[in-house]
Amino acid sequence: MQFDRPATTNPIDRLKVVGQPIRRIDGQLKTTGRAMYAYEWHDTNTPYAYGYPVGAAIAKGRIKSIDISAAEKAPGVLAVVTAPEVGERKKGKFNTAKLFGGDQVQHYHQAIAVVVAETFEQARAAATLISVDYAEEKGSFDLRQAMDTAVKPASGDPDSGAGDFDTAFKAAPVTFEESYSTPDQSHAMMEPHASIAVWEGDELTLWTSSQMIDWWRSDLATTLDVDKEKIHLMSPFIGGGFGGKLFLRADAVLAAFAAKAAKRPVKVALPRPFMMNNTTHRPATIQRVRIGAQRDGKITAIAHESWSGDQPGGQPEAAVMQTRLLYAGENRMTAMRLATLDLPEGNAMRAPGEAPGLMALEIAMDEMAEKIGIDPVEFRIINDTQVDPEKTERPFSYRNLIGCLKTGADHFNWSARGRPGSRREGNWLIGMGVAAAFRNNIHFPSGARVRLNAEGVVTVETDMTDIGTGSYTIIAQTAAEMMGLTIDKVAVQLGDSRFPVSAGSGGQFGANCSTAGVYAACVKLREAVSQKLGFNSADVIFENGEVRSGNRAVPLAEAAGSKGLVGEDTIQWGNLTETHQQSTFGAHFVEVGVDVATGESRIRRMLAVCAAGRILNPVTARSQVLGAMTMGAGGALSEELAVDTRRGFFVNHDLAGYEVPVHADIPHQEVIFMDETDPMSSPMKAKGVGELGLCGVSAAIANAIYNATGIRVRHYPITLDKLIGGLPDVA
Amino acid sequence: MRAFTYERASSVEAAAKAAASNPEAKFIAGGTNLLDLMKLEIETPTHLIDINGLGLDKIETTADGGLRIGALVRNTDLAAHETVRRDYGLLSRALVAGASGQLRNRATTAGNLLQRTRCPYFYDTNQPCNKRQPGSGCSAIGGFSRQHAVVGTSDACIATHPSDMAIAMSALDAVVETAKSDGSRRSIPIADFHRLPGDTPHIETILESGEFITAVVLPPPFGGKHIYRKVRDRASYAFAIVSIGAVIQQDGTGRVAVGGVAHKPWRIEAADTELPKGARVTASALLADARPTEQNRFKIDLVERALGAVIAEARD
Amino acid sequence: MQSPIQLEISRRNLLISSAATIAVTGAATGEAVAQGARTSMQHMSKVSLSVNGESYNLDVDNRTTLLDALREHLHLTGTKKGCDHGQCGACTVIVDGRRINSCLTLAVMHDGDEVITIEGLGQPGALHPLQAAFVKHDGFQCGYCTPGQICSSVAVLEEIKANIPSHVTGDLTTQAAVTPAEIRERMSGNICRCGAYSNIIDAIVEVAGTKA
Repeated sequence: MQFDRPATTNPIDRLKVVGQPIRRIDGQLKTTGRAMYAYEWHDTNTPYAYGYPVGAAIAKGRIKSIDISAAEKAPGVLAVVTAPEVGERKKGKFNTAKLFGGDQVQHYHQAIAVVVAETFEQARAAATLISVDYAEEKGSFDLRQAMDTAVKPASGDPDSGAGDFDTAFKAAPVTFEESYSTPDQSHAMMEPHASIAVWEGDELTLWTSSQMIDWWRSDLATTLDVDKEKIHLMSPFIGGGFGGKLFLRADAVLAAFAAKAAKRPVKVALPRPFMMNNTTHRPATIQRVRIGAQRDGKITAIAHESWSGDQPGGQPEAAVMQTRLLYAGENRMTAMRLATLDLPEGNAMRAPGEAPGLMALEIAMDEMAEKIGIDPVEFRIINDTQVDPEKTERPFSYRNLIGCLKTGADHFNWSARGRPGSRREGNWLIGMGVAAAFRNNIHFPSGARVRLNAEGVVTVETDMTDIGTGSYTIIAQTAAEMMGLTIDKVAVQLGDSRFPVSAGSGGQFGANCSTAGVYAACVKLREAVSQKLGFNSADVIFENGEVRSGNRAVPLAEAAGSKGLVGEDTIQWGNLTETHQQSTFGAHFVEVGVDVATGESRIRRMLAVCAAGRILNPVTARSQVLGAMTMGAGGALSEELAVDTRRGFFVNHDLAGYEVPVHADIPHQEVIFMDETDPMSSPMKAKGVGELGLCGVSAAIANAIYNATGIRVRHYPITLDKLIGGLPDVA
Repeated sequence: MRAFTYERASSVEAAAKAAASNPEAKFIAGGTNLLDLMKLEIETPTHLIDINGLGLDKIETTADGGLRIGALVRNTDLAAHETVRRDYGLLSRALVAGASGQLRNRATTAGNLLQRTRCPYFYDTNQPCNKRQPGSGCSAIGGFSRQHAVVGTSDACIATHPSDMAIAMSALDAVVETAKSDGSRRSIPIADFHRLPGDTPHIETILESGEFITAVVLPPPFGGKHIYRKVRDRASYAFAIVSIGAVIQQDGTGRVAVGGVAHKPWRIEAADTELPKGARVTASALLADARPTEQNRFKIDLVERALGAVIAEARD
Repeated sequence: MQSPIQLEISRRNLLISSAATIAVTGAATGEAVAQGARTSMQHMSKVSLSVNGESYNLDVDNRTTLLDALREHLHLTGTKKGCDHGQCGACTVIVDGRRINSCLTLAVMHDGDEVITIEGLGQPGALHPLQAAFVKHDGFQCGYCTPGQICSSVAVLEEIKANIPSHVTGDLTTQAAVTPAEIRERMSGNICRCGAYSNIIDAIVEVAGTKA
């Protein structure tokens, strides 16, 4: 199905199932421990062996020699596979640093060997017996030092602008300029990267934990140099990803090589202390924001520049993207510069670009509002735009940022916010902060197959993944709505490369695109049903388990017949994203308390208001936003991969050292969805919320801390050491 | 984790003897730190002596009105004990400020005292660390040192002792009772139990080979307000950046120990006497010889401010 | 819903309940055990465990954690390995009535102990009240930390009842109360990176019968 015109009325608009607060259909499996994740597939007749990875002990250099003799002789060891032995491999399209192969070390904990043994304990013990002689090379590990050597990236639209920023900024009655920084962050999903590889002849079956089945399959085929069709990949349950499982990872490659060498099915999981340097992370940024405005608050000039680093061949963290679209202003510029760093590969983490970009921009907006003397909610409303400010002929498809801000301010009792440092309750300094949320709506083609059987049950098959987002449930809702069924008559099978290729889970496009793909497949199935019954498909109604045309009504089960019927299609996207800017919007409101003595910041209240098209399921959508708010709390207050700039690695590489929020950090959170649809987005009229929910949260917290203390911190995370110097004397 | 043999000790004496006869043996109680380190081969015992079944899990009143806490009393049970809550609130508070409910259900009194530093370089076997590999160097000096010690450090090591419980034990003047393999016993004041790093940061306590802790004894209760203030980035399940354990009497006198600043629970008797004069003077006495890094210099201020809050709370 | 996932459940239930006592000889084949025996028999131990009311006799490597015994030997994979170092709580199980991190304890240390895992609390169609409340309040997303969260929450309510204090308990000499703040603090050893905390607390609070 080609989607190239705005959606009109369609069966989804009935909203009997779609849009309803339906509990997850995989909920009972997950809460009873019966959902099977990658490492857990078990066939009693299969003699699984265990692979344990070995990572490079240096950040950059070459493996001169690698001695595996002791490991090979260790009890239970079946095979040892080393990177020099497998040699240089072709790299997957989506990987920047190589995953395994050759004698070059590109970053700390890059996989250099895997030890296979009968048991996990044996493999782990033997892995430590491998000794490696390295020729270590000097690397570049410090973004601030490398800033001067950063270059304009060759691709990816690094610069943009409109009007004449420099002139307008100089002429503006009120100007503001500040620099900000955001640290490297880790996805830290709860399920470590894990794979089970089983070879049968030249065919490989891989159970893994992947957000993008087809990307993984293609890149694994490239890396192993085998035909893609020979690889069967399955990932029905994923224990979190946040972008960390978008691209093929070392566990899959190691498991495949290990299983080949050991001639046995092999299970490999990345040990937790290995993950943060072996896999990808959200790169640190240094950002500069300049804003010029009139005294009435209207922005006349806005500029946002960002510096980040990555491995050679990598990409910048696109922290300026939202600034191209979020606020009005005739004169503007953005720029990204990229330094080469020899730290582990930087890549997408939930809301790449916007998450760190808004961490800076939305503090800057708070600062500028104060400088002008306008309430920060009002300042944002004044500078709303209904068109792409860089290409003013391009309207937004639907934009209700103002509604989010106003609704949130009202609900949060924003008017009670006082002057910085003015509210104290006991030992707590209390403050409120606001930030806008913005994230684009992205489209990828998405396919699905829908089978109707003689029991009247519809089964959806697509390689779409559910990383906690609720894909199982919203896909079932979509099929149920389209076919006129209740949700218990729909079964959903996901994450299998035998199924049609979907958009996958990333960029908050999964929900809208994958359900649109299911919509398309259901349209085909409806046609098949109509055709079989001799109905004119234009006036056919699917409702209450029946298909009706005029005064004829046939139960779907009967229509299916003993052989059943199948519909399969892929949604393809026209140019509506070019003619119209499609984005999602929100506003975050936060209240914090800062301990007047110690500077510990604790969140007291959080509210997100989101405008993201039709909400397919308010239960799962709300959870996406809650989770994103929680991640934003971590980003504001504690999360930072500490770089050892001498040795070139992230030092705090486990869940004790890298502090993500715990229960005690998070208060009761509220989410409000604006009631809207976006017919430009898809037949579902939906957009995504999973990343929107993170965008701006950290800045709202930073602004609340400023309001509480009067101390402006521009370098995340906002830990107590950055506050105590400015707090009132207590001794 | 290296392969090891395993036995359940039948008595205190047998356990001590078994340990003395095998220099590569270790006792295991809760195992929450030892197994963590064995998985990374930072600890590599070839024999484990399980001392969980020796009946060392009792809490009894001593003849002079103090409290004898068995070495194997779990953190949860110690924190929940009626007498501890009533008379040694500081200890209860310190315990529940540490780790998580799950860990406290396993972790023991002796094991808590013996837990090793959480310095991330100690935990990464690719990195030089004098504590893990004597003579290899200290990576934290000049590296990531925000969490590290500011006082009592050496050029060989700036690691901290991570325990919360030990801070309370220090302020409460606990005495560690041990058994040696020759059958003899001794009592060690908590102040003498842990060592400063000096040139031998790998030797963390004064325990001898095979010697093991049987109990920790608290003196009779001395009243006052018991306050444990733990400062950390996240609100729970995190090691202290700084912690203050204090008992403060109505007249402002008292005793104070500080966590997160040194290789051992940090208690300076001279600082105790300054308590009535307030946080600034007391903190100065506590941290007189501090040698912070650029990254952890803030702890000097933080100790003073946290102590100020504790003293204010005691006055309420 | 009919799906391979559901078929998987029924197959597993069959496996789990097929015998009152099941002898399990390690994750590896018979050959592997023989090899283990040849190298050093005393590095292996026999352990009897009661898990969810079933008794099991296992031959385990002394190094095998309770977590790996459950997952790799008994194939009770509801208990999750998130960090293997006591830093996340995904492996939480209840042993002799107390919740612990099964990753930081050896199977060999639990001879004769009674273990309850997520599989023992309830099953699809017959959920434990807390499992049902987690579903109702959407107290999970990816589901990987969920078994640990639920096992922990079962124990947390018992711990409050048993008057075990927490970091946020006000007066140490009075009975601990069931409040959202108490539950949050006590649940803090169970990390949920999806960030379902707000809903998890709603679920637990509902079962505890107190107002959020």
